[in-house]
Amino acid sequence: MEEYGDGDLLSEAMGSGARVAVVEDRVEAPGAFVLHLLLKRALAGGGAAVLLALAQPFSHYDRVLRKMGCNLSLHRKSERLHFLDLQTFPGGAKGGAISDSFVRLYGDIQRAMDASRTGDNAGRFTVMIDDVSLLEVAACGSVDDVLDFLHYCVTLTSEMNCSLVFLIHEDIYSREEGYGLLLHLRYIADLVIRAAPLSTGLATDVHGQISVLNKCIFSEQRAKAQRIWNFHFRVKENGADFFYPGSRH
Amino acid sequence: MAEAAVRCLRDGRLEGEHAPALAVASTLQGLVIVAFDRSPKVYLDFMRRRGLDQNALNRCVRILDCYSDPIGWKQKIRSQQQQESSADLCSMNKENVTVFRNVKDVDKLMCSTIDLGRGFEGEGKIYFSIAVDSISSMLRHASVSSISSYLSNLRSHGIYFLPFCFPYHLEVGTQCPSFVLVIYSYCRCFAPAIILWGYSATWNSVDCRGTRENYTGSGPRCEVIPYVQLRCYSSEVQFNLELSEKERTDKANVVLPFEHQGKGEPIRIYDGRRSLPEAQRDPNLTSSTLLDEVKLPKSATPKGEIHYIRDSDDEQPDSDEDPDDDLDI
Repeated sequence: MEEYGDGDLLSEAMGSGARVAVVEDRVEAPGAFVLHLLLKRALAGGGAAVLLALAQPFSHYDRVLRKMGCNLSLHRKSERLHFLDLQTFPGGAKGGAISDSFVRLYGDIQRAMDASRTGDNAGRFTVMIDDVSLLEVAACGSVDDVLDFLHYCVTLTSEMNCSLVFLIHEDIYSREEGYGLLLHLRYIADLVIRAAPLSTGLATDVHGQISVLNKCIFSEQRAKAQRIWNFHFRVKENGADFFYPGSRH
Repeated sequence: MAEAAVRCLRDGRLEGEHAPALAVASTLQGLVIVAFDRSPKVYLDFMRRRGLDQNALNRCVRILDCYSDPIGWKQKIRSQQQQESSADLCSMNKENVTVFRNVKDVDKLMCSTIDLGRGFEGEGKIYFSIAVDSISSMLRHASVSSISSYLSNLRSHGIYFLPFCFPYHLEVGTQCPSFVLVIYSYCRCFAPAIILWGYSATWNSVDCRGTRENYTGSGPRCEVIPYVQLRCYSSEVQFNLELSEKERTDKANVVLPFEHQGKGEPIRIYDGRRSLPEAQRDPNLTSSTLLDEVKLPKSATPKGEIHYIRDSDDEQPDSDEDPDDDLDI
């Protein structure tokens, strides 16, 4: 959070205790920029990360993060960033069971994690998934397999100094039958960050609003802290501005 | 508040019946936690914070860890890496935590649960409680019928009385008719939540319901325990929309303009100059016109009339004058 200055509302709202963060977005207000910010934050200060990219190729993240002042290629070479390109994730396509693909994927994550722990980087490790909706597509719609995989990712947080960031498209799950995955994610999350379009309508200089729900119930210091935050955001080329409604102009 | 909940649950207990683990915990003989959703460390830390020391924990708490490796993936990866075959489904890694690696097999889960309960030291009958956290996670791996038979087995197990609690998630367990679980419970704790973004954010109150008719002798028992007083925020606004208790009574006591009329007092119609009783008392006023507007409620069927007296400033009818010519635009 030091990276974005002290006054960054998002960092303030996220606090430090959250292990599982879920970013929800919609077509009208894409939340990928939150993921980029968190990726930059994860790699800052000696941390390592593994990025499960189903939505975009590496070149995309590289370009975006470079504008934000973070060189992903360099991090990738120094093995601080483990980039898993899953745009061609087999799922159940190659005859094997879907769960076997997920077991292999989980094994990859675990290996990446072990590798970063044995090196000089003893800092925090972050697992990012962009995005869970596509993971479900890759699993041929088998929600149970996706949830098993996510559960195993969650178990990493209690064994090691690891945190998770999931991106999920909320509007895909607006119909009742497909609601399970989104609800499960909300249950396992310590932190839900929701990007939505402005409720008051369109504006040229405000791109949407962010709601942050902090659920860290077991940590004592969070007991009195604020649980729900609402503020506006404006996405820029080199980052994003967060501010309370009416505090600009 | 926890004490109140415990009291509420315990008071309703009859001979041969037990309230759920919540209440039993105060006189804990043994507690088996079947942990699906949280790491065993979370439960142990929680109990340590509540004042149980390590000895007490070792003596009376066992955790069946279905969280760390529920379907054996970690074992599989490890055996692939080390080329060793270990078919051990359960393994003890700490003193009171047992890792269970195949949650799809409910029968084995049942055996392991009972075995852990048998392991408690004690004389004669051993009472222990089982807490399952949570049924909705179990339901992802096994069918409703197998889980209901698991619960039924636990309940009817010859020697032990096995109360348990279900922190089941109503929303998630959509494929599970929640009444299946309710049937097996003597007492149901239900935590309705304030709704934020369409899902639960935190507990608002705990609703304890006895589901057996003989629970109190008179009928189903129902008590709502306020859990936390919350200020309710809507997700879209920054300010508090809730009224405090005082504000609510004050608001209820406000007499609205149309409410104070017709209670035996003369009906007053504001004439824009002064109040009517005053005008009546004023001898200098020729009050005939004003008095027209005063209707005393004499008869049971008061008639309504409107008297209109044109003011000198009013526009004459059929005047050619532009009514808006004094406007300076």
